[in-house]
Amino acid sequence: MARISLKDLRHSYREQPVTDSDWAVKRLDLEWTDGSANALLGPSGCGKTTLLNIISGLLKPTEGSVWFDDRDVTAHPPDARNIAQVFQFPVVYDTMSVYDNLAFPLRNRGVSEQELDSRVREIAALLDLDAMLEQRAAGLTADGKQKISLGRGLVRLDVAVIMFDEPLTVIDPHLKWRLRSKLKELHQRLRTTMIYVTHDQTEALTFADQVMVMNDGMIVQAGTPVELFERPRHTFVGHFIGSPGMNLLPATFEDGVARFAGFAVEVAAPPKTPLTDARLEIGVRPEFVRFGADGIPVRVLKVRDGGRYRVVETAHGATTIKLLVGEGDALPSESGHLKFDRAHTQLYADGWIAS
Amino acid sequence: MKRFTWLVPFLYILFVLLPIYWLLNMSFKTTNEILGTFTLWPRDFTLENYRKIFTDPTWYNGYLNSLAYVLMNTVISVTVALPAAYAFSRYRFLGDKHLFFWLLTNRMAPPAVFALPFFQLYSAIGLFDTPIAVALAHCLFNIPLAVWILEGFMSGVPKELDETAFVDGYPFWRFFIKIFIPTIAAGIGVTAFFCFMFSWVELLLAKTLTSVAAKPIAATMTRTASTSGYELGLLAAAGALTIIPGAIVIYFVRNYIAKGFALGRV
Amino acid sequence: MTTKTPNQMAWWLVLPVVLLVAFNAVIPLMTVVNYSVQETFGDNQFFFEGVKWFQETIESERFHDALRRQLFFTGIILVIEIPLGVAIALAMPRRGPWVSVCLVLMAMPLLIPWNVVGAMWNILALPDIGLLGHSLNAMGVNYNFTRQPVAAWATLIAMDVWHWTSLVVLLAYAGLSAIPDAYYQAAKIDGASNWAVFRYIQLPKMKRVLTIAVLLRFMDSFMIYTEPFVLTGGGPGNSTTLLSIDLVKIALGRFDLGPAGAMSLIYFLIVLLLSWIFYTVMTKDEAD
Repeated sequence: MARISLKDLRHSYREQPVTDSDWAVKRLDLEWTDGSANALLGPSGCGKTTLLNIISGLLKPTEGSVWFDDRDVTAHPPDARNIAQVFQFPVVYDTMSVYDNLAFPLRNRGVSEQELDSRVREIAALLDLDAMLEQRAAGLTADGKQKISLGRGLVRLDVAVIMFDEPLTVIDPHLKWRLRSKLKELHQRLRTTMIYVTHDQTEALTFADQVMVMNDGMIVQAGTPVELFERPRHTFVGHFIGSPGMNLLPATFEDGVARFAGFAVEVAAPPKTPLTDARLEIGVRPEFVRFGADGIPVRVLKVRDGGRYRVVETAHGATTIKLLVGEGDALPSESGHLKFDRAHTQLYADGWIAS
Repeated sequence: MKRFTWLVPFLYILFVLLPIYWLLNMSFKTTNEILGTFTLWPRDFTLENYRKIFTDPTWYNGYLNSLAYVLMNTVISVTVALPAAYAFSRYRFLGDKHLFFWLLTNRMAPPAVFALPFFQLYSAIGLFDTPIAVALAHCLFNIPLAVWILEGFMSGVPKELDETAFVDGYPFWRFFIKIFIPTIAAGIGVTAFFCFMFSWVELLLAKTLTSVAAKPIAATMTRTASTSGYELGLLAAAGALTIIPGAIVIYFVRNYIAKGFALGRV
Repeated sequence: MTTKTPNQMAWWLVLPVVLLVAFNAVIPLMTVVNYSVQETFGDNQFFFEGVKWFQETIESERFHDALRRQLFFTGIILVIEIPLGVAIALAMPRRGPWVSVCLVLMAMPLLIPWNVVGAMWNILALPDIGLLGHSLNAMGVNYNFTRQPVAAWATLIAMDVWHWTSLVVLLAYAGLSAIPDAYYQAAKIDGASNWAVFRYIQLPKMKRVLTIAVLLRFMDSFMIYTEPFVLTGGGPGNSTTLLSIDLVKIALGRFDLGPAGAMSLIYFLIVLLLSWIFYTVMTKDEAD
């Protein structure tokens, strides 16, 4: 188990990076605490797999260093770093049995057969693979194979960190939640540092204690799932997390009052200094918008049934505002007024939270 | 140790180029120089051998005849294989598995077994000594190969494409030609490449089925070796020229060589 | 994978193929079978002779010798070409600018007409004026492939290795390229040695292409005719007379229809049988 730190890290796939967009990972300093469950969340192409490969040692960063606890491992190859990685599709040694697959990393390190036997069986039991130990690995289903991949990482006692690169991609949907729960359970039992990379917010938010949202090579925000939900520090986070995402309304800010289309809107922690020359937006999640007697007048466009609640799409002028209305609650048919929950309404300047 | 792995392909490529270099070397020498001294490059450089081939009809007709039957065979093989491969890929019909297997066994037939019967068969139908005879004879091996390769590519195209087109009202042949064929263009390229290759290089049947009018370049070259002593320079030049179509074809499909293998049947 | 719908009309699509192949396969084979069980004394008169020709062929020294030579030839080239081809494919870079250059150069021998291959090696190996022949003799080796059976065999094998190893390289390389990087990455993380990577990842994943390579090389080497014919003519004497060369001598050379017919069928059957054995053995595991 280890604390992972990245210092002053930057990476480009090009020989001579020039512009900002040439950098796959832009300058960052990060730290993951020992034993934590972390997620790296972001859309395809944001640099999360690059970052993962830098941590595991499969990729050498253009600039900066990687530290495990107090050791600089930047120059170390993957097997010297003692990490485990589970890939997008299951990687198993087809010709070997499940037992031999799990024993492989230990045998390569010269562990005696006796010692590794108990260890292999222990991990197999943990992953519910003990019934299949003698079977050929090639014959298992996709989720079984992913468990073997995971098992090969867990079987080594001194694993510093386990990394997951979108591990549920090829798993059948009805088995995804089972594997997800298993991963969470494993973390709680073993307390190994885990980093889970994904573009699926459900996976990230349910697995991790600490989530880092990444976009375009930058860490946009790091925090607990609740923090990311309730107080997004960037419009990207607001938009990416939550379904539907955060509403963004073009705004102005004068004399300490934020306005949307002329209407004054109360925001949490309004900035003290005036904001000039910035693109201003008010951000509020649909969960924190409700119909009221007065407020911003809107036309109701459409209503979508979401089960326990309904997603109502309204518009004021050209701006769409979505809100959630509970199953049994009253819902105006043509037009109404919207009120925003002040504590969860934020002002953003050029995408970043302004306060 | 890892540093030197590049030596392996490098040495092998040298090995591959050696006989070709020697052939070229000989082709630019006069017969006197060849028989007289041993030299690594022509001291007495001459284009005479090539000139002879380009001006003497018995020689250049050999190339034209060969190209004729190869192109004919490629066109025929690919054209008939396309609907057949589609049938194997999309439909189940009586005897389909056995038929497919039977087609493949023809690839395992020794050409030597067919030399005599082909000679008699094609003579009997009056096609002896024509390019079309060789083109048809080569179909024995090339059609099964074409069907095999094309079926592989076609299976990779989802049936939904066909169904959508039919629902949209396309008659079968219009769909096949305007929609399906462009989709498997890479596969057709790979297939045409292999058909061309096998037909261009095969010579037992080509020689057996021809004598004068449709004589392929191979037969002309053998003549050189046996009559009037050894005109080695001429032989070498003739040989060198046969490498050119192959080199051109490889150049054009160079991007597909490794990719096409992986995508298709392999 | 597409699911197939039953449709007997598909026979129309397959018909042209069936006609063309059957014309070339069925009629000649029927002729061959015909000849193999009859005797002719010329003038188009045939007399049924039953299994006489088959017996004669199976018992003939000449056939045994040709078969022995053929098995020896095929055995040696398989043992050389398959491992060599795989080794070269393994040594080639997985990506980069050199890959196409290498593949294109290596593919050249495959597209040279077979008689030119024979002629090339003939010219190369001529004892006085060929590069190979002259150099070997200059180094003190007494080499003359036109007179010495051993030299003829060595040259024949070298020629075939030169000609066909590239096919194995291309197939093996295609198989290797299909292995996703993640496997190599996982092996690195697991601490696997280069040998382990070869044994547990590369070799199993290449199994399918290797099967095809072995089958193709087996079949084609067993049926080889033109290259050895042009190189040595089957000689010196008949030391390099392989099965096809022998058959053509009997069939087209002497028009001995009966023996030729019988030998043809036996030959074809041997190829089919051995191919089937190879195929079954190599794909045995896939049935699991």
